[in-house]
Amino acid sequence: MKRINSPMSEEDARSLRAGETVFLAGTMITARDKAHMRALQMSSSGEAVDIFEGATVYHCGPIMGGDDGLKVIAAGPTTSARMNMLAPRAIRELGIRAIIGKGGMSKETHDALVEKGGVYLAATGGAAVTLAEGIKEVTAREWEDLGMAESVWTMRVKDFGPLVVAMDSQGRSLYDEVEQRVRKNTGL
Amino acid sequence: MIILPESWEDVVVRLLRMSETHLPADVSWALEAAAAWEGGDIARSQLGTILDNSSKAEFLARPMCQDTGLPVFFVTGRIPADIEDSIAAGVKRATKEIPLRPNAVDPLSRENSGDNVGSGVLVHYRPMDVPYTELTVLPKGAGSENMSRLAMLTPSDGEDVVKDFVVRTVLQSGGRPCPPTIVGVGIGGTADACMSLAKEALLMPLDSRNPDERLRKMEEDLFIRLNSSGLGPMGLGGDSTVLGVKIKMASCHTASMPVAVNLNCWAARRATARMNDDGSVRYTQGALE
Repeated sequence: MKRINSPMSEEDARSLRAGETVFLAGTMITARDKAHMRALQMSSSGEAVDIFEGATVYHCGPIMGGDDGLKVIAAGPTTSARMNMLAPRAIRELGIRAIIGKGGMSKETHDALVEKGGVYLAATGGAAVTLAEGIKEVTAREWEDLGMAESVWTMRVKDFGPLVVAMDSQGRSLYDEVEQRVRKNTGL
Repeated sequence: MIILPESWEDVVVRLLRMSETHLPADVSWALEAAAAWEGGDIARSQLGTILDNSSKAEFLARPMCQDTGLPVFFVTGRIPADIEDSIAAGVKRATKEIPLRPNAVDPLSRENSGDNVGSGVLVHYRPMDVPYTELTVLPKGAGSENMSRLAMLTPSDGEDVVKDFVVRTVLQSGGRPCPPTIVGVGIGGTADACMSLAKEALLMPLDSRNPDERLRKMEEDLFIRLNSSGLGPMGLGGDSTVLGVKIKMASCHTASMPVAVNLNCWAARRATARMNDDGSVRYTQGALE
């Protein structure tokens, strides 16, 4: 079982290779459509958006519960492709180092990851309870007004995974390889 | 002992809890079968994680996926006049009690109602002259719903073009709808009716047999073609791209050929309750006789 610390150094992120399976330890933040949009708007108007700098961003809108509303009930990945329009800028301007999601992302996003030394990790879609087990604590909530699913939650994780390195900093993408295989197999 | 009859609101809460925390047996079997025939390491680990997740969700009585969906309801048999109010009340209560993620938003302002009801619940009705009311819930996540497609083909296109459209729709959606998916296909009707047929097809248990021989053959052909594609679990490559293909058909206009595809993620949640005239209720996640 390969463990990796989060946030990751550029060197760590660049050392990961497509096809590897890793488990995460450290901290990560959640961000979906609205959080990306707000962060980029802030950045455009010259405001600093520190929480994204060097961060591991989990495309996830969790279910939170418990008396304080800080207990993670279920937290699987959401479809990353929705962030395709926002991610390249977020990687270059905000300094996102690693993305965790499902379904893969565009070539433009992959280019930004290659350029900045980042990586895309695929979590198993729908495996919300198994993945929540790896989330030990929620340490902060930013942008509460965006609602439960769209807020930015800071999470302390241990053995969070399994995560498949699906798009690496060498430019290799498992999704591209599968797409080529599917095309060959089906003739479509 | 006096057993108080369950209210429809209680039934709705129970149906949502059942469907969100426990996979129907036919879906579990299909996932286990898929895990057994997968060859690749990544595909096997994806299915292993899914199975692990399903048993933990059931044990902890937690929703198996954080996208608890928008609940789509189907009412058949006797239709109580106030059923829609009861459903809305049940959904609001279940959202707090289970809990469910509040997903219902105003489409333009994107403001979240916080109760999974918003402007109203989604209900399909089919009145029948029978001594009971049957209520089914299909909580529908957005990952799979967003991959829905409708094609108004031409009558001369024929069966092969219909099948190609289904295959293309599933494969072009890649890993986004959380494969292995269940493919609901509607053929015929009008544009709206065709899409409804595709959604209703998702209610058919995987181990049910399509009574129409032609459709059964099409389902088998599509199942084999899709699972030989190599797309695999989560679009990361493998032999299990779909758990099943279900087709529903209705007559259409002589000048039309509508085809609709509605996908369900592997977390294919559904549950049904039947309330008889005496107030007794039966629950199932399979088919009721």
